[in-house]
This record gives sequence, structure tokens and C-alpha cells, in this order.
Amino acid sequence: MSKRQHISAVVNGDPVEFLSDAGTTLLDALRDQLGLTGSKEGCGSGDCGACSVMLDGRLVCSCLVLAVEAEGRRVETIEGLAEGGVLHPLQQKFLEHAALQCGFCTPGILVAAKALLEANPDPTESETRYWLAGNLCRCTGYDKIIRAVMDTAAELRQVRV
Amino acid sequence: MSDVLERPAAAPLDDGHLKVVGTRPIRPDGADKVTGKAMYGADLALPGMIVGKIKRSPHAHARIISIDTRKARALPGVKAIVTAADFPDLASEEYEAGESASNLRDLSLNVMARHLALYDGHAVAAVAATTSAIADEALGLITVEYEVLPHVVDVEAAMAEDAPLLHGDMFTQGLAARPDKPSNIAKRNELKRGDLAAGFAAADVIVEGRYTTAAVHQGYIEPHACVASYAADGQCQVWSSSQGQFMIRTYCAKVLDLEASDIRVTPAEIGGGFGGKTTVYLEPVALALSRQCGVPVKMVMTRDEVFRATGPTSGGVIEVKLGAKSDGTIVAADVVLKFQAGAFPGSPVGAASMTALACYDVPNFSIVGFDVVTNTPKVAAYRAPGAPIAAFGVESAVDDLALKLGMDPIALREKNAVRDGTKASYGPTFRNIGYVETLEAAREHPHYSAPLGPNQGRGVAAGFWFNVGGESTAAVNINEDGSAVVISGNPDIGGSRASMAMMAAEVLGLPVEKVRPIVADTASIGFSMLTGGSRTTFATGMAVIQACQKIVEDLKRRAALLMDVSIDQVDFVNGVAVCLDASKGKADMSLAELAAKAAQTGGPIGAQISLNAQGAGPGFGVHICDVEVDPETGHVTVLRYTAAQDVGKAIHPSYVEGQIQGGVAQGIGWALNEEYVFDRSGHMENAGFLDYRVPVASDLPMIDSIMVEVANPRHPFGAKGVGEVPIVPPLAAVANAVRAAIGKRMTDLPLSPPKIRAALDAG
Repeated sequence: MSKRQHISAVVNGDPVEFLSDAGTTLLDALRDQLGLTGSKEGCGSGDCGACSVMLDGRLVCSCLVLAVEAEGRRVETIEGLAEGGVLHPLQQKFLEHAALQCGFCTPGILVAAKALLEANPDPTESETRYWLAGNLCRCTGYDKIIRAVMDTAAELRQVRV
Repeated sequence: MSDVLERPAAAPLDDGHLKVVGTRPIRPDGADKVTGKAMYGADLALPGMIVGKIKRSPHAHARIISIDTRKARALPGVKAIVTAADFPDLASEEYEAGESASNLRDLSLNVMARHLALYDGHAVAAVAATTSAIADEALGLITVEYEVLPHVVDVEAAMAEDAPLLHGDMFTQGLAARPDKPSNIAKRNELKRGDLAAGFAAADVIVEGRYTTAAVHQGYIEPHACVASYAADGQCQVWSSSQGQFMIRTYCAKVLDLEASDIRVTPAEIGGGFGGKTTVYLEPVALALSRQCGVPVKMVMTRDEVFRATGPTSGGVIEVKLGAKSDGTIVAADVVLKFQAGAFPGSPVGAASMTALACYDVPNFSIVGFDVVTNTPKVAAYRAPGAPIAAFGVESAVDDLALKLGMDPIALREKNAVRDGTKASYGPTFRNIGYVETLEAAREHPHYSAPLGPNQGRGVAAGFWFNVGGESTAAVNINEDGSAVVISGNPDIGGSRASMAMMAAEVLGLPVEKVRPIVADTASIGFSMLTGGSRTTFATGMAVIQACQKIVEDLKRRAALLMDVSIDQVDFVNGVAVCLDASKGKADMSLAELAAKAAQTGGPIGAQISLNAQGAGPGFGVHICDVEVDPETGHVTVLRYTAAQDVGKAIHPSYVEGQIQGGVAQGIGWALNEEYVFDRSGHMENAGFLDYRVPVASDLPMIDSIMVEVANPRHPFGAKGVGEVPIVPPLAAVANAVRAAIGKRMTDLPLSPPKIRAALDAG
């Protein structure tokens, strides 16, 4: 077996260190080594988006990123979305709109939705749907998810004004 | 968007006084689910835990000659290996524990193949090792010698005289005489009424069609996962994601020949089920591995394993012939259903037969169903099992009938609709159903009269599901501060914690935030049937309500004691005990005050109710779908979708809408995209979410839901099951819309672009 590599990264603002095999995915490292089980594995092939995280500000499927690629980089996961115990407006709107049922896809969708609002503070319904097309949800039919994201965007625009 | 249509109804509790039921509070388990804290099947890690994996057959049908595990056992880090030899060889016995009865021998053989591998992906051995990589390596070192046998996937091919047989000892049940040869047809079932030939002879118009659907998967995003621990004293613990911890306990006990009392099952949060998590795959294997190595074993399926080895629902053939008078009265219906069961009997063809004509009052009919084994994964329940397949055929035929008669499709359905007092095609007499009201709501919705553009079409379809009640237990405890804990034994898939808390809050007069709902393990609450059949809010909810009512009676007694008045002078209103005799000058006592003084009135306050709920009201849905067909590519876009449904009483309207919207989305996937594709050797070619394409956000429009509230008098708040009905109509609603758009009847699901192109090319 190949020698494990020592990885240093910043996860949700905090420095972390862990040892990783060459073939270990970032998702497995987050879940198994760092105990951050909020990111989920639904497919392991980048098709469902349940493992979505931000890597140096870019939305990625953490099941398609090797853990060793995180060396020296910033990772943001669902666990970092609420700050100091206060829910992010997206999280609050998802609750108010009942935009989750089983909740398994929810962490990935919230991470992806946050990335959307950072890139585009005023998305149309169509833009929201295409942005989230990489995140499968089998429970909701997406209706309430799309409404929650767009409602959050509207609220955040008001805050900015 | 949604509309709630209130209908006059005989709800035992007056709607006007409801304070919590019918509102939209934030779900009590919500914060954990939006912050990533909720623990699903794969999220638990125990000290000393190791990893279990399954070796699966690469052949669709093969005799297992030998399994050599010696090399794998010698690999450092391998702690346990099991094959069928480590499981008891069970006798054939029907046992009631999952969504429907299961044959224990078949269940066991599906968990681990004994002499025959019956589908690509069938488990043949399992290992537990200290790391995932070692477990993978060990799987590669297990040598299985197979004799590959001819296989059969297609349902009608499996019914043929010369088809390869899966089970040499299977003789078709349900025939007048026992056949002299074994067959892949496990069972024939039949429902009949009146005189079919006379009915068709009296018809002015007849339509006929042959419809086919592909096997589709429930597609929950969370793969099956569990941790099992077998202690040295024989006490077992299982943590797993399923639709019923008691079901897991029962099946583990049966498959491993253990005592159920020695197994404690703790439900993990469940990442979707839709019926697919109503049986066991991993749990008995993980327990068997743990028994061998003495440490906890965790098993998590890959998506490939989920597709290849867990229950899809049947692919089917539906033949429908309808006869009607020129005024639209349907006088005869002949329906034949042929369903793939997968490797073992048990397709939902029985339920499909019972639901096929359940929306219609037809004097003469015949419905015949065939349950057929095939070299594909054993089917599992999928949301209203069987009903969408039957409805695809029947509702397409009804659409053709409307066209031939020149009638509006909703008017045709209204003309033939079942009503209160109608004897259902499957036996009982309907009471308190809301089908006509649902048809009317759809007809009156602005969607139904909105204009359409070129290449666009509108389709309508109806659907029915029984909904069930069944055995449930709930316990309610009042805390010393006057808040409440509600404990039930049903995993919360789509918001049932919220509905339990709301119903308890309503009866106890508490704000819903003061009620904490808990889903308990099998040792901490009495038995409940699994979460399925749209039963939880109805049946377990009834146990919660009755437990709270019992507490209210007890609170009156306690208040009377503290006020020093007789019980009949005390009432409990909005969470406060009041003395009805104002002349006595007794101060009101809140639940918090009563709780604080519980020691003086008999000790802790709480109640548990176990019941077998009857009277689940059947549900009906009527859907309207607009599509646009791209004539160049054959791609179908769903432009607009409206679903009306009789929901009894929406306890939490947002989650009722969510059920409707989710069911519709799954139905649209079934209609347009989803299918199991097998190659010539019986391997599934699309065992991943890239090639098995479930609807994504950009595939769908908003889904409007109309909640028609025709109360169910058998439930204190009028609730009916709501989760399954909405997947029944969409297959035909989409197909009928496509027919309207292109002027051709499409009969073979999914309606993928190549099929639409071929139909357009045919001119």
C-alpha cells in the first residue's frame, strides 16, 4: 500500500491536518477523517450533488476531488453555512418554505444555492433551475426549493439596499 | 402555488376551532437537516467498527458451483466472510412484516444467494475487513465458480412456454387446476363483475390498447446503509436507514434464526424510501459478519449496488379494452396486467388489479393479473405499488374513449365516477370519498382552460390509492415545565414528526414548539408497522391523538384534585384547566402548573396508546399536464402541471403539497426518462444517475397542487393518507398530453426522444 500523505487545509475557516491515501476522495476525508458527515454520498460519480462543497470558492462535487488535492486550499461545507449558531438566510428560508422532506440532498443543495447567490444575486427561476440541475432531489419535485432560493435572493437584495 | 378548497364535511372536531392543525409551522427536525447534523444511515461511526462489503453475481442467471474464500480469509485485515452457508436454509413461509407479506425463504435467498444467482448483482458472499480497501481486495480474492444459465428479462418472454425457468418448483397459483409443468408465472389473479360479453355487445364505442412500462427505481438519494453489532452474549444492535425499525428487527430475526427480543434496532434518519426501504438487504448480512468477528460492521451500498440489487418496481404490459354508450357511460372494461416480479414472486400486480378501475363505476368488467418472475432484481414497493402502471393503461384508454366520443375528458370521468355508495371494483363500498369534488376542482382550475401554443398539448388523468391504517404505538410524556414529548416508532420520511407534534399540540392546547417528537428504537416504544401505505399521519397520528386525549382526561382529574372540586366541574381548554363553576372562584391552572404539581396528584403525567387503526380513507387525484414536443428532436418539455387531490384534512399543508409535488415529479420521470436498460446478457447497462436519469430541477415546472378537503370521519381531524396518490396519474397525464401535442397515441414508456421521433417519422 502506498504511503499516506500529510494534508493541511482550511475547512470552514479552521486549519485541519489529516493523513490521506492517494485514492481517498475529499468526501471520504471530510466524512471519515474530519467527522464532517453533513456532506453526503448519493452516487460517488458526480451525478447527484449531495456531496457539494466549495473548494477555494468554486462549487465542486467532493466525491470527484481527491483529498490530496485539498492541500493548502480552502474547503467550505454545509457545517460552515450557519455562523455562530445563527442559520444562514438560505437555511431559514428552506425551513419556512418546507423545501426539504427527507433532507438528504439538502446540505448539497444549500451549498450550491449559496454559490448561486454569490455569483448571481438576482437569478430568474430558469437560472435557478439550471444552476441546481446538478443536485438531485427525489422528494420535493424542486418546487419549494426553487421558491426558497429565490425568496432568499429577494431578501438578501433588500438587505443590501 | 396551491389552493385549498374547503368542502362541507362531517369532521368530528370542528375545523373552525383548530389552532395548530392546518397551519404551517417549521418542522421540528428541520434545523438538524439544514445544518448537516442529522444522522443518516451512513453517518454513524462506532468505536472499533470495521467495513463490510458484498460480492455480487456478474451473471443474470447462473448455478453457483462453488465459492472459495480461502485466499480472501488469508488477507491481513480480513475479519469475517459469510456466504449462504452462514445463514439458515429457511422453509417457504409467508410472513407479514413489510409493506406486504413476504416469503421468508425468498427474502433470505435474496439477501444471500444459495445455489442460484438469479440476477446481475445478486449477493453471493460478503466480507468484513478493517478498511474499505482491504474489503475490496478481499472481494476480488473470493473465487466463485458459476455455470451460466439462459436468462430472461422481458415479462412476456418469461411467460412463454419455452422460457428459461428461474424456479423449477414454481407452479402457477390461482388457476382452476394445478398445472402439470412449472412456469415463471407465479400467480394469476382475477377480479370480475357482471357479463363482459353482454357489456361490450351493448357498447356503441369500443377502444383498445396495449401499453408497456419499463422497470423503474424508487431512486432515493441515500443508498442503503447500516451498522450492526453482535455482542458476545448474543444481544444484537442494528442502526439502519429504513422505513421501519420493527420490520428490520423481524426480518433480521427470521433470516438469521435469532430471537427478535435479542435485537434492538435504532432508526437512522432516512434519506428517502418511497417503498424501497420496506425490506432488508444489508442488515442480516452485517449482523452475520459481526457475529463472526465480534466487532461492529458498517455496510453502505454504492449507487451501482442500489440499482442492480435493490427493488425497482415492475416493468409491465397492460392490455385495456373499454366499451361505452354514445353518451359516455362505460359499460364494459377488460384489463389484463402482466408484471415483472424480478427474481422472486411478489410484483404489485394484485394492487394494480384492484386499483385499475377503482375510479370508475363499471357494471361489467374483467381484470386479470399475472405475477411473473424474471432474471432482474426482486421488485420492492414503490409509492402506490402497481397503481401507476395500471393507470397508465386505463387512463390512456379513457383518453382515447373521450376522443372517440368527442367528449371532454373530465366530463367523461365525471360521468363514470365512483361516488359515496358505489361498490368499488375491488370490493368494498365507497364512503366519504372526494373523487367528484377533485374532478370538479381540476375542471374549474384556470389551467384547464388556458390557451396552448403550437406543438403543445394538454392531458388529463385520474388516479386512486387505498391508503392504509394498521398497528401503531405512540407515547406522550409531559415534562415538568408543561411541555410534551411525543414518541413514536415510525421513521419520518417526509415530515411526519411535524404532523405528530401538531396533532399533539392541538389536543393538549400547547404551542407546537412545546412538543418534541421523537422516533424511538425498537426497545423504547411499542410496535408500529413501518412507514408506508400513506399510513403514518393517519394511523400513528391517531395513536398520538388518543394518548393526548387520555392525558387531557387525567389532567382534568388532577386539576379537580388540586382545586378540590369534582371532575365533572373541570374542563381543559386551550391548554388550561378551568373550573366550570365560576362561583367557586378557582383560578385556572395551566398545563405547566399542573405538571409542576404532578407529584401531588399521582406522579409523572404520560400516556401510551397502541392501536390498530381502521378507516383510512381512500384518496383520488386528478392531474392536468401541458407539454411541448420539439418536432426536431422529439424532446418533451413539461410546461405546466396541476394536481388536484382529495387529502381529507391537510394537517401541515406545506408537507401535503410537498407529497403531491414529489409524487408528480417521480411520475414525470417514469413517463419521460426513467428505465432499466439491460444488455443481451442481462446486465443492467445504466446503473448510475448519469444514465438512469431522474428529473432534475431544470426538467420541471412549478407543480401546482389543489388540496381538496373532504374530511375522513374515521380520523379525529379528518386526515386521509396523501403520499401515494400523486404518483398514480402522471404517467398517463403526460402521455395524454403528448398525444394531444403530436396527434399520436404513445403506448410504450418512457416517452424518450427516439420513440417520439420514430412516431413523428411514421407520419
